[in-house]
Amino acid sequence: MEHHNPDSPSHLKHYFHDVNQQYETSKFAMWAFILTEVLTFAGLFVAYIVYRSWYPDMFVDAHKLLDVNKGLMNTIVLITSSLTMALAIWAIQKNNKKLSVLMLVATFIFALVFLGIKYLEYSHKFEVGQLPGEFYSYMGPDAVHLNNPHIFFSIYFIMTGLHGLHVAIGMGLIAWLIYSTQKGNLTSEYYTPMEMIGIFWHLVDLIWIYLFPLFYLIG
Amino acid sequence: MSENTKQNYLNHPKGIMSWLLTLDHKRIGLMYLFSGILFFFLGGLLALVMRFELAAPGNDIISNEVYNNAYTLHGAIMIFLFIIPAIPGALGNILLPLMVGAKDVAFPRLNLASFYIYSFGALFAMYTIINGGVDTGWTFYTPYSTQSTSNVVPMTLGIFIIGFSSILTGLNFIATVHKMRIPGLTWYKLPLFVWALYGTSLVQITATPVLAITMVLLMLERFLGIGIFDPALGGDPVLYQHFFWFYSHPAVYIMILPAFGIISEIIPVHSRKKIWGYKFIAYSTLSIAFIGFLVWGHHMFTSGQSVFSQIVFSFITYFVGIPTGVKIFSWILTMYKGQVSFTPPMFYALAFLFLFTIGGLTGIFLGAVALDIHLHDTYFVVAHFHYVMQGGTIVAFLGGLHHWWPKSFGVMYNQTIANIAALGVFIGFNGTFFPQFLLGLRGMPRRYATYDEQFVELHSYSTFWSGILGISIFIAVMNLFWSFIKKNKVDPGSNPWGGMTLEWTHTSSPPHPHNFEEEPVLQHGPYDYDKVIVEKTYNK
Repeated sequence: MEHHNPDSPSHLKHYFHDVNQQYETSKFAMWAFILTEVLTFAGLFVAYIVYRSWYPDMFVDAHKLLDVNKGLMNTIVLITSSLTMALAIWAIQKNNKKLSVLMLVATFIFALVFLGIKYLEYSHKFEVGQLPGEFYSYMGPDAVHLNNPHIFFSIYFIMTGLHGLHVAIGMGLIAWLIYSTQKGNLTSEYYTPMEMIGIFWHLVDLIWIYLFPLFYLIG
Repeated sequence: MSENTKQNYLNHPKGIMSWLLTLDHKRIGLMYLFSGILFFFLGGLLALVMRFELAAPGNDIISNEVYNNAYTLHGAIMIFLFIIPAIPGALGNILLPLMVGAKDVAFPRLNLASFYIYSFGALFAMYTIINGGVDTGWTFYTPYSTQSTSNVVPMTLGIFIIGFSSILTGLNFIATVHKMRIPGLTWYKLPLFVWALYGTSLVQITATPVLAITMVLLMLERFLGIGIFDPALGGDPVLYQHFFWFYSHPAVYIMILPAFGIISEIIPVHSRKKIWGYKFIAYSTLSIAFIGFLVWGHHMFTSGQSVFSQIVFSFITYFVGIPTGVKIFSWILTMYKGQVSFTPPMFYALAFLFLFTIGGLTGIFLGAVALDIHLHDTYFVVAHFHYVMQGGTIVAFLGGLHHWWPKSFGVMYNQTIANIAALGVFIGFNGTFFPQFLLGLRGMPRRYATYDEQFVELHSYSTFWSGILGISIFIAVMNLFWSFIKKNKVDPGSNPWGGMTLEWTHTSSPPHPHNFEEEPVLQHGPYDYDKVIVEKTYNK
């Protein structure tokens, strides 16, 4: 029962007037979705603010237990991945499929590297017992004097964990983009999904830009 | 010419899969409607069990433990499974695209996904019931919720999942309002129900993420003992209350704004008069949505807040009264010198005006710190929010159902029975809940299965009328379903009440599968009764 105008492209859904309306609608909804993401993290940022103001000295001392170099490396990796993501969109706009796929693969690899570094950080913390709440058992000389350090690690693990989950979801989406672009479903005529996932990816990057100084560079 | 034999969204396409996998907003709306009504009955049944337990002091029917489960599940089901998802999900889904002249919502597949996410979350809630319930109260306050051995995790997980459904529906509606309107349908020509859904959706997408994260923190607290809400580990249980009410106070407006929208449609149509103060009503919706984010602290006057915070929250709370008052006065002025007909939708709208006004005014009482400290956690609070939620939202929902029933199904119900049931709801409701204001003032605390002798009279009175209320709602809903039975079928025509919005003027009852046979062209505003004459297609 769907009567497609032969002039209208196959990606145009029947309930839209034209391609432009469809594109504008997707973009609008994506920004609204970004707003919900910001508010999700906002709740956790509030928890961070509350407990940092309760335990200012503990936060400063506990942050020294984090590995700044790994954090910095991850920051660089993620910012670079944002660049490659933007380049992938630029390439598809120019109808350069090959470059676009290459850039998407690069973005995917950077995301993987990010999670790899995160894994190294987490596994070290698991080994020494710098863990949330009841599981905290670290008793090193640099931590014996700390007042409730497990609170710091609760917030650290929840915030970076939720962010890591977003990176993983982003990787799934980017993998799907690689597949669709390679198959030729996305072209300079229609690349809305790539642009939308790009917006999402920049948000993931941006959240890390806030997490990095708030956890690794305080005091 | 019979409308019913034509192709419409109910009879085309056919087959169970065409319903389960439908992308049609009207069919998705109906699925929300019927699941919502189901949960409404379930929640209502729990309420009646509680009321009958309270008919006399002592444990007559159920134990204290069962009572704790009953009030928790009653609240959680009514709020998270019925009112929040089902009213925008049902009436909003069916009407929003029709009202803006679109063929569908902006993202039909996402819309179907929202419904299934909601159903999936509801399964967890049902599991909670089968597995022995949950006894923390619908607010899941820490520290008890981290210690209770009842099913806190399945229930909060269910609420977490339903939250996503709520967010996605909100996103879909906002995009639809912004981008799917037909040419010429400018913001100030939108029906006020659309404005109301828009305000609701804004709150849904901004507040619900905070609830989601709160539920995650609560579950982590239980699983991992993260200590964020646990004073023994250096955390703070009051922070939970802040998080919870930062969502749940705006959620009150998720629940009431669609009701305001319904009333703004019913009153002008059944008074055949242009709505008074269109822009005031539209902007009051947005200002309620905004102010709603700044008042959560008034739930916590007795939680050890600083006096300064109390004053600030109390002060801002009063502000909610201004846009709300603007709406009430506008509706009353709309009726003034109009041709008011006492149809069932109008009966419900009038009942709404009385009941919601009482609910709103007692909200001002509770916003005053000194009074709230006296009334906190008493039946006064119970009566107040039932006047708002049931007297307001559910009465408006019933009114909306009666208003759009002939449009949605192409059949007219028995109006006399509908009016009698509406009267029963109004009287039964007041009989049930007005005594609870008095109980609260005299110090009866909420959430107890028993009470002192001095409260017997008011409690038994409340229980008696709750039976009348329950029967009346049952009759009202059954009367609607009765209209489906073949021999009762009455064709209401495309525009039984003489409405001026697109769903009445430009499509049949029930509507075409793609909403309109051809794209509608806007000829007049939504309430231009002063300029254009619209005939009613149904006269009793």
